[in-house]
Amino acid sequence: MIKYLTRRLLFMILSLLLIITATFFFMRLAPGNPFTSEKQLPPEIEANLNEHYGLNDPWYVQYGDYLLRIVQWDFGPSFKYKSQTVNDLINEGFPVSLVLGLEAIFIALAVGVTLGIIAALKHNKWQDYLAMIIAVFGISVPSFIMAAFLQYIFAIKLGWFPVARWGTFSQSVLPAIALAAGPTAFIARLTRSSMLEVLSNDYIKTARAKGLGELVITVKHTIRNAILPVVSYMGPLSAGVVTGSFVIEKIFGIPGLGAHFVKSIGNRDYTVIMGVTVFYSIILLVSVLLVDILYGLIDPRIKLAGGKKGE
Amino acid sequence: MQQISKDKFTVVGNSKVEAEKITKPSLSFWKDVFMRFKKNKLAISGLVILIILIIMAIIGPYLTSYNYYQNDLMKANQPPSSEHYFGTDDLGRDMFARIWYGAKISLFIGIAAALIDLAIGVIWGGISGYKGGRTDEVMMRIADVLYGIPYLLLVILLMVVLGQGLATMILAMSITGWINMARIVRGQVLSLKNQEYILASRTLGAGLTRIMGKHLIPNAMGPILVTLTLTVPTAIFTEAFLSYLGLGLTPPLASWGTMANDGIAAMTYYPWRLFFPAMFICLTIFAFNVIGDGIRDALDPRQRK
Repeated sequence: MIKYLTRRLLFMILSLLLIITATFFFMRLAPGNPFTSEKQLPPEIEANLNEHYGLNDPWYVQYGDYLLRIVQWDFGPSFKYKSQTVNDLINEGFPVSLVLGLEAIFIALAVGVTLGIIAALKHNKWQDYLAMIIAVFGISVPSFIMAAFLQYIFAIKLGWFPVARWGTFSQSVLPAIALAAGPTAFIARLTRSSMLEVLSNDYIKTARAKGLGELVITVKHTIRNAILPVVSYMGPLSAGVVTGSFVIEKIFGIPGLGAHFVKSIGNRDYTVIMGVTVFYSIILLVSVLLVDILYGLIDPRIKLAGGKKGE
Repeated sequence: MQQISKDKFTVVGNSKVEAEKITKPSLSFWKDVFMRFKKNKLAISGLVILIILIIMAIIGPYLTSYNYYQNDLMKANQPPSSEHYFGTDDLGRDMFARIWYGAKISLFIGIAAALIDLAIGVIWGGISGYKGGRTDEVMMRIADVLYGIPYLLLVILLMVVLGQGLATMILAMSITGWINMARIVRGQVLSLKNQEYILASRTLGAGLTRIMGKHLIPNAMGPILVTLTLTVPTAIFTEAFLSYLGLGLTPPLASWGTMANDGIAAMTYYPWRLFFPAMFICLTIFAFNVIGDGIRDALDPRQRK
């Protein structure tokens, strides 16, 4: 376990280092300098700015500084909004995105697992087909299209929910559903196929032979074993929710980190793009690691030390 | 109990010829797979949708007298009519012509990205799995590290740096897109490479390329095909996603993603401008998904009833 963890941590740090290095050099390659704008700056001011942000240093000094600052959890200033740092944006936007994201993850897990269980228990009956058709459609509709349709039908035409903005619970319903749609469908399919596999096992027959009721068998024997693939999907799920939030927050006018990120892409605010990318990468890599550890803890059959992927 | 006299039975006999006779015509593996695929109604409907979309992407532009870039501001934002089958957009461009033009671009992006993933993934995974040992260790660790990088974040980053365009988009998608394919190919190669026929081939002096091309890849074709089919919708999805972030193609190029993005802005008053591109994006992703699922189910003999 310890050996496995150190190994995983090492790879995580390597991945992170790679993405930090990549963002650093990509941003240097990007056209224009951070102060390029319609209004030409006087050369003296530009020289001062370059000096202030250390842009006159050789690249390895800048790179070292950048790494050092990230270790200290400092993602640098925004070049477009002088009074704001990337840390400000994260502190302000991330809590909003987190609430929305957790709400979406909750919906995805609750609805997806339920649909999957129903489909598996009613295998090859109409409930199964219905659940799987819903799931295929859920996978086929990109989140921003889902968001636009939800907004159009439930907010603009029916007026059941607010069109946009953030603050109350009812304002978070549509964005959370839109964000959860794809993952819900995926989880439903995952749960169904894993339930079907478990149901064909001998110990389920044994449980039936013992005279246990269907409910006890389903809850104690089937679901407990079938839920494992869903747990391992939690890592990709959080990645999907994070990237999904970029478009959802933009459509629903939610002041989260995703919306800030999209705005900084539009503004070509390179330090913000860099900072937020690195921040998200850290969050996602850590959550994938946590999920893997959790998986090892709840499934005693997995011996983490010997576990190798793809074999 | 009623007695049944023996003369009611006749001995038919059992001839060796009859017992060995094969009544079912012998099927090659792929014929068998295709037979099972044909029984899957959802997969067949996906295939039909896909064929119609491809045909329309080719002939669609000729079915209307308008082309995809012609502005006509007097006829901006018209609803669907017999003149403009899918209506017009804010510059009065015919949506019908634009949809089929966008079909070409979107399908091209999807298929090109999938083929690049295929090429890199098969070579990387194949070599890694076949060579084994240290080579395998190093190649797979590189893949692991790359795999750790969140896919869409990297694609966004690359699009910001490289600038928008068709080629950069496909490049950005393939930089980490191949890893999944490489892992699947490697897994297949690992399970196949110790089979006798590979040993026989090696004994006869076949080199790496021949063994890979003649034996390993054809035998791993099933899972490769499934992954390939399921990569296309991911690419089309990513294209639409990037377009929505303003990182898509630049005009006059138009894809379904850029059209849907324009449509969302006008959704409240001119819903058809979102409806048509959105519908075709969903239909295409749906078609590829059900075809991929269908092939996977057809390949899995446990599904045989």
